[in-house]
Amino acid sequence: MKQFHIPMPVRYGMNTILIIALLLVGHLLMESGVLPRAHANNVIQVGFFIILAVSLNLTAGYLGQLPLGHAGFMAVGAYVGAIFWRSGLLPDGASIVVGLLFAGLVAALFGVMIGIPALRLRGDYLAIITLGFGEMIRVLINNIPTVTGGAQGLLGIPRHSSFLVVYICVVITCVAVHMLMKSRHGRAILSIRENEIAAESCGINTTYYKVMAFAFSAFFAGVAGALFAGNLGILVPGEFGFMTSINILMIVVLGGMGSMAGAVIAAAILTSLPLVMQGLAHFHVISYLPGASEHIVRYILQWIAQHRMIIYALLLIIAMIAKPTGLLGNYDFSLSRILEKLIRRRNVGKAEKGGADHG
Amino acid sequence: MLKITNMNVYYGNIYAIKDVSFDVGEGEIVTLIGANGAGKSTILKTISGLLRSKTGSISFAGEEISHTASHTIVKRGLAHVPEGRRVFLQMSVKENLEMGHYTQPGGTMDERIAQVYDKFPRLKERRRQLAGTLSGGEQQMLAMGRALMSRPKLLMLDEPSMGLAPLLVEQIFEIIKELNAAGVTILLVEQNANMALAVAHRGYVLETGRIVTTDNAAALLQDDAVRKAYLGG
Repeated sequence: MKQFHIPMPVRYGMNTILIIALLLVGHLLMESGVLPRAHANNVIQVGFFIILAVSLNLTAGYLGQLPLGHAGFMAVGAYVGAIFWRSGLLPDGASIVVGLLFAGLVAALFGVMIGIPALRLRGDYLAIITLGFGEMIRVLINNIPTVTGGAQGLLGIPRHSSFLVVYICVVITCVAVHMLMKSRHGRAILSIRENEIAAESCGINTTYYKVMAFAFSAFFAGVAGALFAGNLGILVPGEFGFMTSINILMIVVLGGMGSMAGAVIAAAILTSLPLVMQGLAHFHVISYLPGASEHIVRYILQWIAQHRMIIYALLLIIAMIAKPTGLLGNYDFSLSRILEKLIRRRNVGKAEKGGADHG
Repeated sequence: MLKITNMNVYYGNIYAIKDVSFDVGEGEIVTLIGANGAGKSTILKTISGLLRSKTGSISFAGEEISHTASHTIVKRGLAHVPEGRRVFLQMSVKENLEMGHYTQPGGTMDERIAQVYDKFPRLKERRRQLAGTLSGGEQQMLAMGRALMSRPKLLMLDEPSMGLAPLLVEQIFEIIKELNAAGVTILLVEQNANMALAVAHRGYVLETGRIVTTDNAAALLQDDAVRKAYLGG
């Protein structure tokens, strides 16, 4: 029996409808004021962490390198975007788009700059130089106060990161990375991770593709940085330290290196963890717990909310022991594939039933 | 078809290939034999552009390629099957073959894959399997099949018999002969000198980075010095 397949145009249609539906639901929730401020803000944060994780996944997951300077690219994008927006050169709508693009492009330029020397290195060495790069950016920003505001911070950045803007950026990032990885270029990137010498012997220009992956990854990190700036309204260099890079890497590792769905889910879980724990601690049901246990449970939940880094580390250790490939391994979510499976199963069920009736 | 003159290769301070010159004619099977560390693989890597020679020239089909980037060399019809069966372990057999078609124009891929399956029916049986789950011999076949996807005029094989059971070694060498009969020129690097000389037309004997003897394969098989050194007396 020929297996059932959903035709491509229908697939695209379905995905588009899903994306628009999510947008409408999100927009309604955010604008109607149903969600408390803290939660709304958390949604925005999840958004740019998704972009950061998906873009890091390109180099860490698909290309198989270990860059530790993602916050550096984010910082470049954040400051470029913020400075552009503050200048008020363009009217608001155009300013948002141009600022984001500009932030991404400058970050991508840095990505190429770091990518070229980094090509000669791999593994731990690459990790070390990208780490150094990230720190360099931070120190640089700290030391040119006339442009960046230095340690005092950059104030009065227009709050451009509405839900709509962030959501569109998330969708564009995911779609772009997905299409890249499905193309022959994506295959070339994967083959470098699998075996560099074999890739070279297939006629793949490994240098070109490594730099390209770095540039793409940096571009989206830059966009996320600009969104970050537009969300806070204030930038201080301290935000882009080593720990931020590690945070992003943790999301990728937990979600599964090379799984976009994993990166999205892990970004949502890890970013929301403190808020969720805080929420649970105030949850009404807990007051029904007997005696002292009520206080103990509340205390634990609050402790988790406040010490999220410890929890992250624990989660990471548990994940490495229980499922070293991350939550989803390299599985990727596909709405069409799930539907196809369901339809096939139903057809098989029908066929069996039909057979029984006749027999 | 391939002509190497005065190749000198260094690994940092180590002088690995010393003034090596040789040639491979169209339609030939030429083998480089020699002990571990004689520099056989280094020569192949230098030809395919992974390493660079300090001096001399490498000309392939009348064109100088000693300064050409390795990915463009593949496009010109010189394929390299690296040592140790470097297949993409996490990709399926078919995907591996598709990667081999990377330099070729689109549209001809399915036809080419069918041709490779013809040559290696085993690969067709396992086309959906991950390459990492194949046996050593099958991986070697896959590596060769992948190289054939780029329609090479010259195929360089680095130790195709390494780590394979004797029966499989014979199979692989049989395939090498068939490929040659179908018009592919072959440069074969081997430690298994007996087998290599049995299929080759000519051979070069390499010793610590230098070519010490060259002759027809049949004559080398009879050569006393070669027999003593590489064929077990």
